[in-house]
Amino acid sequence: MNTTTRRELGRLAIAAAIGGAGASGAAFPSFAQGSNPIRIGYSMSLSGGLAGNGRATQLAHQIWAAEVNARGGILGRPVQIVFYDDQTNGGQVPGIYTKLLDVDKVDIVTSPYATAMIAPAMPVVMQRNMCFLTIFGAGVNTAFKYDRHFNMNVVGDNMKETYARGFLDIAAKLPSPPRSIAILAVDNDFAQRAAESARFLAKERGIRVVYDRSYPPSTVDFTPTIRSIAATRPDVVFIASYPPDSNAILRATSELRFQPPMFGGGMVGPQLAAFQQQLGPILNNLVNWDVYSPEPTMQFPGVVAFLEKYRELAPREQADLLGNYIPPYAYAQMQVLEQSLTRVGKIDQAALAADMHASTFETIVGSVKFGASGEWAEERNLYVQFQNIRDGDLEKYKRAGTKVILAPSRLATGQLQHPYGPPA
Amino acid sequence: MDPDLVLLLNGITSGLLLGGLYAAAACGLAVSFGMLDIVNIAHPALMVAGGFLVVVIGTALGLDPLLVAVLLALPFYLLGTGIYTVYHHFFERRGDEALQGLAFFFGVMFIIEVGLVMAFGPEQRFLDPPYAYVTWRLGEIDVPLRMLVPGLLAMAAIGALWLFLQRSFTGLAIAAVAQDAEALRLMAIDPVRIKRFAFGISIALAAVAGGALVVVQPVEPSSGQVFIGRVFAVCIMGGMGSLPGCILAAFVFGVVENVTATFYGPSWSPAVAFGWLLLVLAFRPQGLFGKAA
Repeated sequence: MNTTTRRELGRLAIAAAIGGAGASGAAFPSFAQGSNPIRIGYSMSLSGGLAGNGRATQLAHQIWAAEVNARGGILGRPVQIVFYDDQTNGGQVPGIYTKLLDVDKVDIVTSPYATAMIAPAMPVVMQRNMCFLTIFGAGVNTAFKYDRHFNMNVVGDNMKETYARGFLDIAAKLPSPPRSIAILAVDNDFAQRAAESARFLAKERGIRVVYDRSYPPSTVDFTPTIRSIAATRPDVVFIASYPPDSNAILRATSELRFQPPMFGGGMVGPQLAAFQQQLGPILNNLVNWDVYSPEPTMQFPGVVAFLEKYRELAPREQADLLGNYIPPYAYAQMQVLEQSLTRVGKIDQAALAADMHASTFETIVGSVKFGASGEWAEERNLYVQFQNIRDGDLEKYKRAGTKVILAPSRLATGQLQHPYGPPA
Repeated sequence: MDPDLVLLLNGITSGLLLGGLYAAAACGLAVSFGMLDIVNIAHPALMVAGGFLVVVIGTALGLDPLLVAVLLALPFYLLGTGIYTVYHHFFERRGDEALQGLAFFFGVMFIIEVGLVMAFGPEQRFLDPPYAYVTWRLGEIDVPLRMLVPGLLAMAAIGALWLFLQRSFTGLAIAAVAQDAEALRLMAIDPVRIKRFAFGISIALAAVAGGALVVVQPVEPSSGQVFIGRVFAVCIMGGMGSLPGCILAAFVFGVVENVTATFYGPSWSPAVAFGWLLLVLAFRPQGLFGKAA
């Protein structure tokens, strides 16, 4: 089906990366004059703290665009991606979307990576009644209640009651059901919602919260915090952290030989290749939220072929080497757009939104159906456990058996190993 | 032993170790900001740039990151003299160093961050020496070498610098230029040359701090932003231009942060640490070791 050569894909991606590296750069893959491309615009964090995931998202989009154009485009028109680097600065985002819509006059807008960057774009997008397909937001539309907002993320629209459910379901399978939990979360929106879910569900199950604190993103040393958690002797530890902190937390936990029966939660970072490479066996038996693992239950049509392409281009594009986190979802985000545009037959924001509300989309991350709020109608928070890790070699993360899925049960591929942190 | 006492002792120990990293990051600034009155807000970014080079060179040659950092000190010294030459030519010489000089170093900081993203990508980079995974157990006290070894290197570098400033003619000239640059001219010493040399030393120390940072944690292009507030606070609390003061303030900062995190949660750490800064300045506006004007 795909006739695009690897070299063409690489060229497109490199052009995109170079064009988007500055605050005002944009990538315009060349087309014949008069080809009247469908222009898809967005802001993306290509530098700054979220750039790791931003670049991976960008690369997945470029792969999709190259494939679509090789197939003849959508509605007979090629697609063209117009993007600007928001430098992980939410303050830049409204201006970028204003420019995309008023100056560049793009046909479609999609979002930057994650909640903190999506929220500032919402007022601009809503003012112009655009259909807005976002990536990895969490509850952004709770405040805006915009009926043309759709979010490609597994968390669903009731994070409080669902996010940590899988984690606590797994904990319930420990030889001694947990009676106490420690919760630590970074001061940001996603992590606080994750912690709120753990707190709510723990209370519902009669699990005593023995430590419940937040930390500022500027924290350098987590040794005292982990030691304080250890002093409360929790049965289960739920951490909601972001990349630089996740690394420091796991290092401190290892150094203090803190080995509770179950440790993990909603840590963002262990999903990424750089973490897996560095931390190696420190990840053993960590039970953590995730979105994709190459286990047999997640072999959706097209995902393996996509990841092969992605991994070939990733080193050159300086993106996450494995692509097991956001890239399949970024590609699926564009598949949703493609399928909706094809069905609607024209660029009509109201019709696109109506179609996205009504349809089920077949993507490389499985069937996707959006609920009334634009979140996935059915959440799919994965909880995986890192098992049998002896080193930082990344090859094993391309195969089944390393990030074993423990929840939800319909996708589970293994059994819980405990406690956290024993040597492999 | 009483569990609270164990927590306290470990909080103090880990705080001292963290203070070692802060001292490494702040000592270069103690020279440029404290002695030369140059508000080099790009210092943490230069430290991170040093960290990236340490990772690249150390990985390629299989060398210890701290050794690479020491080797990088010379090229960073030269880089520092180059930066100062530009700064002096366009700002200091014209008397525009206050606001425009600050803007210049902001610009340098952004250029370094974006340059690192373009050159190395936004992903975290690391280079872990074997000792980074070793923790000494001294009774109830844990001492991770990941924190101890970089701290010791920082102390050695600061000690060498202090001896140089105290014992050598050029070192005394640097101390003199901090007090009265014009008086140096009367002694036939070019203050610009001395300042260029001192600024070069401060950037060389940024390279050493970069190596220390790599051992403690992985680096990414924006890692320096976490340290901007802390390193300036350490310099001010210690007393402008005082290296012993810088070390003491770094330890105070580290211990206050970690003891607070231990007993009251990490959310309070920065507030309490910066609260101590205000407290010190209220009673000693010149800082712990600074000399009253």
